[in-house]
Amino acid sequence: MWGAGQAGKTSRATAILYLRSMLRGTPFHSRTSALCQGQNWRRWAGYVVASSYELTHDREYFAIRTTAALIDVSPLHKYRIHGPDAARFLDRVVTRDVPKCAVGQVMYTPWCDDAGKVLDDGTLARLDEQRFRLTSALPNLRWLCENAAGMKVTIEDVSDSVCALALQGPASRGILKRVADVELDGLRFYRITSGRVSGIPVEISRTGYTGDLGYEIWAEPRHAGALWDALMEAGRPYGITACGMLAMDVARIEAGLLLIQVDYIPANRALIEAQKSTPFELALGWTVKLEKELFAGRRALLEEQRRGLPWQLRGLEVQWDSLERLYGEVGLPPVLPNIAWRTSVPVYADGKQIGYATSGAWSPILKKYMALAHLRSEYAQPGRIVGMEVTVEHRRKQAAARIVQTPFFDPPRKRATP
Amino acid sequence: MTATYDAVVIGAGHNGLVTAAYLAKAGLRVLVLERREAVGGAAVTEELAPGFRCDTGAHRIGLLRREIARDLALTRYGLEIVRPDPAVFTPLPDGRHLVVWREPRKTAEAIRGFSKADAERWIPFTTRMAKVARVLAAVQAIPPPRVTEPARSDLWTFLKLGARLRLGGRTAMADLLRTLPMSAADLLDEWFESDALKGTLGAGGITGVFQGPRSAGTAYVMLHYAGSEPGALRPCALVRGGTGKLAQALAGAAVRHGAQIRTGAEVRQILVRDGCASGVLLASGEEIAAARVISNADPRRTFLGLVDPVHLGAGFLQEIRHMRFGGACAKVHLALGELPNFTCAPGDGPHLRGVISIAPSLDYLERAYDDAKYGGISCRPYLEAVIPSLHDSGLAPPGRHVMSILVQYAPYRLKEGGWDAARRDALADLVVETLAEYAPNVKSAIIARHVLTPCDLEAVFGLTEGNIHHGEMTLDQLFFMRPVPGWARYRTPIERLYLCGAGAHPGGGVSGMSGWNAAREILSDVRSDSRG
Amino acid sequence: MKRSVRYDAIVIGGGHNGLVNAAYLARAGRRVLVLERRHIVGGATVTEEVYPGFKYSVASYVVSLLRPEIIRDLDLPAHGLEILPLQSTFTPLANGDHLIRWADPDATRRELCRHSPRDAEAYEEFGRLMAQIAFAVKPLLGMVPPDPTSLDPRELRGVLRLGRYFQRLGDEKFFALLKLMTMSSADFLDEWFESEPLKATLSASGTIGTFLGPRSPGTAYVLLHHYMGEIDGVFRAWGFPRGGTGALSAAIAAAAQRFSAEIRTNAPVAQVIVKDSRAAGVVLEDGEEIEGRVVVSALDPKRTFLKLIEPRHLPPDFADAIRRYKTRGSSGKVNLALDELPSFTCLPGPGPHLSGSISISPSLEYLERAYDDAKYGRWSRRPYLDILIPSLLDPTMAPPGKHVMSIFVQYVPYDLEGGWTDERREEFGDTVVETLAEYAPNILKGAILHRQVLTPWDLEETMGLTEGNIFHGELAPYQLFCLRPVPAWAKYRTPIRNLYLCGSGTHPGGGISGAPGRLAALTILGEGPS
Repeated sequence: MWGAGQAGKTSRATAILYLRSMLRGTPFHSRTSALCQGQNWRRWAGYVVASSYELTHDREYFAIRTTAALIDVSPLHKYRIHGPDAARFLDRVVTRDVPKCAVGQVMYTPWCDDAGKVLDDGTLARLDEQRFRLTSALPNLRWLCENAAGMKVTIEDVSDSVCALALQGPASRGILKRVADVELDGLRFYRITSGRVSGIPVEISRTGYTGDLGYEIWAEPRHAGALWDALMEAGRPYGITACGMLAMDVARIEAGLLLIQVDYIPANRALIEAQKSTPFELALGWTVKLEKELFAGRRALLEEQRRGLPWQLRGLEVQWDSLERLYGEVGLPPVLPNIAWRTSVPVYADGKQIGYATSGAWSPILKKYMALAHLRSEYAQPGRIVGMEVTVEHRRKQAAARIVQTPFFDPPRKRATP
Repeated sequence: MTATYDAVVIGAGHNGLVTAAYLAKAGLRVLVLERREAVGGAAVTEELAPGFRCDTGAHRIGLLRREIARDLALTRYGLEIVRPDPAVFTPLPDGRHLVVWREPRKTAEAIRGFSKADAERWIPFTTRMAKVARVLAAVQAIPPPRVTEPARSDLWTFLKLGARLRLGGRTAMADLLRTLPMSAADLLDEWFESDALKGTLGAGGITGVFQGPRSAGTAYVMLHYAGSEPGALRPCALVRGGTGKLAQALAGAAVRHGAQIRTGAEVRQILVRDGCASGVLLASGEEIAAARVISNADPRRTFLGLVDPVHLGAGFLQEIRHMRFGGACAKVHLALGELPNFTCAPGDGPHLRGVISIAPSLDYLERAYDDAKYGGISCRPYLEAVIPSLHDSGLAPPGRHVMSILVQYAPYRLKEGGWDAARRDALADLVVETLAEYAPNVKSAIIARHVLTPCDLEAVFGLTEGNIHHGEMTLDQLFFMRPVPGWARYRTPIERLYLCGAGAHPGGGVSGMSGWNAAREILSDVRSDSRG
Repeated sequence: MKRSVRYDAIVIGGGHNGLVNAAYLARAGRRVLVLERRHIVGGATVTEEVYPGFKYSVASYVVSLLRPEIIRDLDLPAHGLEILPLQSTFTPLANGDHLIRWADPDATRRELCRHSPRDAEAYEEFGRLMAQIAFAVKPLLGMVPPDPTSLDPRELRGVLRLGRYFQRLGDEKFFALLKLMTMSSADFLDEWFESEPLKATLSASGTIGTFLGPRSPGTAYVLLHHYMGEIDGVFRAWGFPRGGTGALSAAIAAAAQRFSAEIRTNAPVAQVIVKDSRAAGVVLEDGEEIEGRVVVSALDPKRTFLKLIEPRHLPPDFADAIRRYKTRGSSGKVNLALDELPSFTCLPGPGPHLSGSISISPSLEYLERAYDDAKYGRWSRRPYLDILIPSLLDPTMAPPGKHVMSIFVQYVPYDLEGGWTDERREEFGDTVVETLAEYAPNILKGAILHRQVLTPWDLEETMGLTEGNIFHGELAPYQLFCLRPVPAWAKYRTPIRNLYLCGSGTHPGGGISGAPGRLAALTILGEGPS
């Protein structure tokens, strides 16, 4: 955008515009940029975040699963929702039962348009009776405001005034205990509490996007540097590692967690009806409380439940023998995706295409090639063997894959309270 | 709570009464609830000063469907419609005047004084426009068909409309397609050169809308009011004794068929259970259960005022909020010691019996609109006045008169300040001044005056933003899109809740069309329910 | 004086549509002659060196809707066409702030956020909806419209197909399309946005070439055009041809000649020869007669039928309808040769913001007031300006270090109260420069080396645009699709057999799209897409 022909001295306009429109670093940028050896950055909601800090992401992945990983998740969109009608309003928007969300509890929930198609998903934390915080992957302010008409509720976009770190991995509790003044042993899975980390006021939720034991720490941006330093310092003896998006991507597939715009297309961004999904089709049926009298999409979802779903989201485990055979035919050992892929890959059964996988990766812990796939319901029974397309030396082949329920990896420590 | 009534109608405006009467006639137990002490909504005749009674809302009626008058035997209940001839009288600043007669030939003669060419074109023009108006009248009498998910009946409707259109000939069809999206000024400029004539006709295109004669879509508004006979481009029909007599006749018919009408009964909320209307809650706290609820209130008042928003989807609410009302009219009512004496046509005469229209040119109207566009009151407003006491001497003491004036443009939202007492007085002064330029005796003849600003129209009649049509009559809010896209068939996202007011197709004007169409749709639902 | 050659087709007017038409006919093996009144081809799509060293795209200045199939079919890049995308829209504001929309969505979102966070979010959703509708509308623009007034079974089938097309659109798109056709751009944008400069800049483009203000119903439709390009695989809708818009005409002319079409400049046509109510050729102003099996006029309908055809050959209803056809000119053009770049008070000095389009459209009220002036026969005291500095995109447009600036101005009426004179033209030019100088004061301080001012009257005189209407007739709903130019004659044919129209006065209308020229050619060749 910074066209040539303007060479020479930089004008004031150029300087102003450069600052105005360059991608922003997160509040942790001074720390993360110092660590990012490979200058491997990616865009996330108008920010740059590290894809991986080291030249390969392997160590970062293993930190999530074996020690502790510190991940900058500040670009998440965050909304503060408060007022006498806050609970009633949210109950009208999301599929889960908000009045049942206790103060200090967090709920994972999708929300739908009036036709029952998923718009986004995120976590909803109840901070007190009339105060909530909703996180989402994409901007949702408009949708929230439209739904709030006529209700006594205030919705604020606090995306830029709250920064967030995810501390994930088996050692995360131990590390956090060293610096946080809250009673962490009592903080159950999907609960939130407030306190201080090295004197910095924070909120700590036992949540994350890795499917492991872990916490997310929410703070004001002015404390970002100190918070990062405190956690890295406390974590050093435990082997804490700054971890980027690539490692997290593998972990979230192992945990069977969906990625918006990869595993599903939000209804308001879909170009055709077929691109939209209901929560049932995304295996999020457990989040849909049809017994609630009112919420966006209820009528359509009731109808779908009555009719049955055309599609189901499932896990696929590619069968090693099959993969080995396909590669063996051309004299190669199996070639595995060393980072998670996010392209659409056809899935076959009975000689025809019965679905498509939307993301996949090699799980270094499980030693399995796994994928998340949308399958036609009549072919989606767990245990069934289907064919997933793999390209072996420029030729399309089908590798046998077993349909499984997600998550692929679900350690007890994720939920356990000591 | 068992349903005591088959249908509760919220609001006893003329459309609400038409719906109630038809439903009662079909054997339904109907209750009409009216907030005010008198029925009629904006079709009401009230006392200005002791001995003077005037139409404070609508002072003339649209083309009340012959079927409605006949089905409900309205004449039996005191309805007498007068059609003054000439229908319109436009006094001009240069001392001339133009009248539009019901007989096109006579009008052509009147026009000849202004332009020979225009006189020649009058009959061809009105003949062609009457054909278009006839098609529009047919369209107004049906619920808009569904386009994207048509049922067989919708296809049939399209076919019938297409055939009807085609019967008028190729030119009529082309005229219709071409005229609807035009501005009144564009259409009139194509045919005529005389400012007086174009101003007179153009005023019909802006009545009640926040648009100027150069705004696209005003040609439609002009034809919306037009009659199907040639020459009736600005028809005028009045109710003898005031528009309130129409409401009383409708109420009489409804009660005769068994409907109950309660006045002084303000509805606070429409009760909804499981996405389905179940009754209403009154301001008094009383709950009334009903199998169906029908709202004669405008769509914004209905959905943003009477229904808990939690029952409505965000998309629908958004559409309702986006609906434009753009109130642009005020009313001024005068009690007069004597008839206005127009310099250009002195003395009493037939010209005072129809509509007196202060609209000397299109530019005059456009400039009036320009002021309002930026939140000001027109420096030189458009006035539409009638003198109901000339048709019923009972409305004023002997020898005295009442005059009702619709003033445009007086925007609901003023750029500076709000509508206060001083503004209200200033508006009345402006109207009197404007009128006095043509009829100087008016000033001294005033015994009493009464003003309804757009804010007053909202407060008194419940018209959102004072819009007399229950929603701006622009093309994007008509037909398939009235009140909002996808809900043009009187039904609403809440089952068993219906709209029957002017906010639904075909829109404003005292014609009873919305109420009549709604009644038929409701009865068809009642029938299909009872079938199974 | 009679020439012995008989052409298969004679195209009157070497504007871009005439050239596209000729190229398609020649490509199909027809013997084609293009007759251009001026000394160069291009019509309103010309580049001229009016002042030594400075090349002006005299009239039209950007390419927005050029059909990609035309670029492919005529292999225009091989004939020198290169379109450089415009990367930004910059709206300077009087309060020292500005609004810029960039090519990058994140950069745009950041910028919009400064004005309104809700607008930043809405902008993306708006773009998606518009792109979807543009996609839905595309078949309408690419078809020869059926005639709903006809009882011919073929036409009835066409109307039926159209009905089915609308039915398949689905509620959301169907109603959005209806709204776009009927609403004012201000009202339509009010439903989406709250930031004044954003609404004003978007809506200003909806009024380009029309005699309507942003609050006039019917202006919302043109908003769609900005999203048209993206669905055709074109990167960004708006672009500037290297060498000015004239380079585009030159490329099409070269393509036509490559297919053996003949092009004659300085050959003004005086009359179309009609024999037995069939067009048989043309007579030039110098008396030369040229025979042609088919005559195609790229001129606007009024000029074609009211100037080139003897009235007795036209059915009275048709002539009447043509007279009703509205061609009010509302825009002018000021081209400047600059010693230095403009420096805007809100963003001083050169910068990337100057390389895109620069829009003087600070608020809806500003635009609406500009329109009000024109309604009563004056040019806007403070007009809407759409500015481009072509020399930043293509340095060969001006001597090194110097610049050319193209300023599209609205509103300026054709029927000026008191009439146009040389003096008033310069006064009008002064208004434009003063308006710009309010935002970029250095413009008034000696930066201008040369100024060319074109009023609607000049556009009519020079380019032959009736009343100076840049679209050959208003793009209003009552003159679009099956009503363009007039009902029952929207299929490029005319009441005179073998006489066709191929200019912007036919479906789908104005702008440098080439679509009317192409569709007319396909109709003549009997290959009209159904």
